[in-house]
Amino acid sequence: MLGNLSTKLQKILRDLKGEGRLDELHIEVAMREIRIALLEADVHFKVVKEFVSRVKEKALGEEVLRNLMPAQQVVKIVRDELTELFGREEAGLVFSKPFPSVILLMGLQGSGKTTTTGKLALWLKKKGFQPLMVSTDVYRPAAMEQLSVIAREIGIGVYEEKSSDAVELAGNALQHARNTGFDILLIDTAGRLHIDSELMMELDRIAEEVRPAEILLVADAMTGQDAVNSAREFNQRLNLSGVVLTKMDGDARGGAALSIKTVTGKPIKFIGVGEKYEALEVFHPERMASRILGMGDVLSLIEKAEEVVDEEQAQEMLKKMQRNEFTLEDFRQQLRQLRRLGPLEQVLGMLPQMGPLKGLNKLQVDEKQLTYLEAIINSMTLKERVAYKTINASRRKRIAKGSGRPVSEVNRLLKQYVQTKKMMNKISKGFSTKGLPKLNFPI
Amino acid sequence: MSIFNYQEQPGYFKRLKEALQTTKDDLGHMMNQVLGTAESPVTEDQLEELENILISADIGVQTTLEIVEKMREETRGQRVVTSQKAKRMLRKEMLEILKASQDPPRKSASPSRPHVVFVVGVNGVGKTTTVGKLAHRLSQDEKSVLVCASDTFRAAAAEQLTIWAERTQTDIVKQSSGADPAAVLFDAIAASKARNTDVLLVDTAGRLHTKTHLMREVEKMKRIAGREVEGAPHEIFWILDATTGQNGLSQAREFFETIGITGIIVTKLDGTAKGGIVVAIAKELKIPILYIGVGESQEDLIPFSAEGFVDSLGLGEED
Repeated sequence: MLGNLSTKLQKILRDLKGEGRLDELHIEVAMREIRIALLEADVHFKVVKEFVSRVKEKALGEEVLRNLMPAQQVVKIVRDELTELFGREEAGLVFSKPFPSVILLMGLQGSGKTTTTGKLALWLKKKGFQPLMVSTDVYRPAAMEQLSVIAREIGIGVYEEKSSDAVELAGNALQHARNTGFDILLIDTAGRLHIDSELMMELDRIAEEVRPAEILLVADAMTGQDAVNSAREFNQRLNLSGVVLTKMDGDARGGAALSIKTVTGKPIKFIGVGEKYEALEVFHPERMASRILGMGDVLSLIEKAEEVVDEEQAQEMLKKMQRNEFTLEDFRQQLRQLRRLGPLEQVLGMLPQMGPLKGLNKLQVDEKQLTYLEAIINSMTLKERVAYKTINASRRKRIAKGSGRPVSEVNRLLKQYVQTKKMMNKISKGFSTKGLPKLNFPI
Repeated sequence: MSIFNYQEQPGYFKRLKEALQTTKDDLGHMMNQVLGTAESPVTEDQLEELENILISADIGVQTTLEIVEKMREETRGQRVVTSQKAKRMLRKEMLEILKASQDPPRKSASPSRPHVVFVVGVNGVGKTTTVGKLAHRLSQDEKSVLVCASDTFRAAAAEQLTIWAERTQTDIVKQSSGADPAAVLFDAIAASKARNTDVLLVDTAGRLHTKTHLMREVEKMKRIAGREVEGAPHEIFWILDATTGQNGLSQAREFFETIGITGIIVTKLDGTAKGGIVVAIAKELKIPILYIGVGESQEDLIPFSAEGFVDSLGLGEED
């Protein structure tokens, strides 16, 4: 697997004598690996060819930076080039004034248009907009129903009308949005093949009717070589304004992103990262580059951790740890922070798969266990949480009953807590008062 | 005899050809451009171009290299290998891989009733649509079918299956959204037994193979089925979207190892995607490919044919 292109390159290039400069031999060897890595990541073969020759040009004769190995240097060049290709800046959404501004979503069957419509609406609502959604999928059984259910679940308005004319539906929804003061209209469309001229025509007509400010292609991150064909066709017909890449929570490398970007020239604006409606993120070019190359997504993780850990809380906790006052209450606090990072497997998946962290993404984490742990602590009295030693056998029984978990689990939690406390005490001696406390405890 | 009908109906090849036309034009054209139709000796450059064509069909780097390498080996020692011969060898090679995966033979009908079939796969591959099409095929063969809406997660999934059930005039068992999929299955088995239906088709929620807890959910459903009907689930069909790239192999491995799929159905082959990853999957896991989906109406599910598939990759005999 491409999992560690970096490691692979290091192994190959180690045997080649580098005199502080990348010579042709280095490059030749490295490029072969990179070509395979990109192909295995589903980047289109023509895009790979172009890309590799460009990287080769850049790399030839490049000085190896002082603290980098030749292999690392090559990876760095590849990564920088990939990032460059994706565009340096994050591309935001464009709105047309006066409101309502229209966002049109389209794509192949099963790429995740309807779910994305819901996710994007929720994202916009959180930003303070008043979005309205409409489904113009008059073909797939229960497609409109699906969007209505989502609308109810996330508490966002949906325009419903019994009609079998997608264009008319879109137009009426826009009129409705205008009349009732919505800011943004999100239009979900039926999945269609890019070679289905009749349905492609329908998209033309919808776009003409509602004049969207954003025309987004929703594409599956698992797509293979065909991504170029569909993306090119959608772009030529409708002049896309951007792309949403879905199902990024799987283990697909997402090389399709590079193919799509290359053939359309349009920015990837969002990625879908989970089944929950909150699981939509703004696309970060440099992270995608790392992912395609199998270098993990440490940046995303750090940013997430920063988001959820309250700085003050963190300082407080650190002081406590240094005084060895880490209580069960704090333990619970940590559990909560950890869970706010998102599904654990997603968090683990963002770590690079090399060095000491290798294999961590294979770690099986049962989200439920975390819920149970929290339930057990919730069933303790405040006093118990501060002074764990008071928790005797009969209290344990009571806590077990209260949380609906067996006594053995209560025991295990207490044991884990004591271990964590000890460990923290050790670590905290080497801690400064700046920075975040580590979220480490045995799961 | 299998409960499913894998017989090619009259006019099958014509249909297959029409369905895969877009693919074939494209690849067949490329293939001919590379190899030329004349009986000229094949060059190393041509072989490399051949590799690219196979990769562009999503067959994957490793599988492609292996196939072409084998071809190279066979040509060694022969003085002149014409491009036409190279193509024939390639065709033979691919057929061998695909045919090897077609045995062991497809599951035969189980003595216990109902014959329980799970339909599984990642999100958006076309599970519900395929269940609808399978129901249609079965009722065409005068089998009684009950469909079970075990996808209680995705919004309106049960409603979608309900419409398919109406279209194909089959019975359906469903519950409200958010219900335990295993509980829906339990009810469906009871209903299926009471009505003495031949087949129970179980539609499941889409799940990414990397989500352990979701994969476990299927294991639980398997346990329930096995407890209620001897030998159930008798078959587990895994749905593969033809547009899927190399991740398809990772999906197949995970579904094969943890859930134990018994057959593959490739959907959306009516687009320009070639579904070549199925070759890599067949090569590694030897899971039979049963049907292909070639459109949105209920008749658009046809038996897989290794020859037809290889033809669609531009390796047809008459091309």
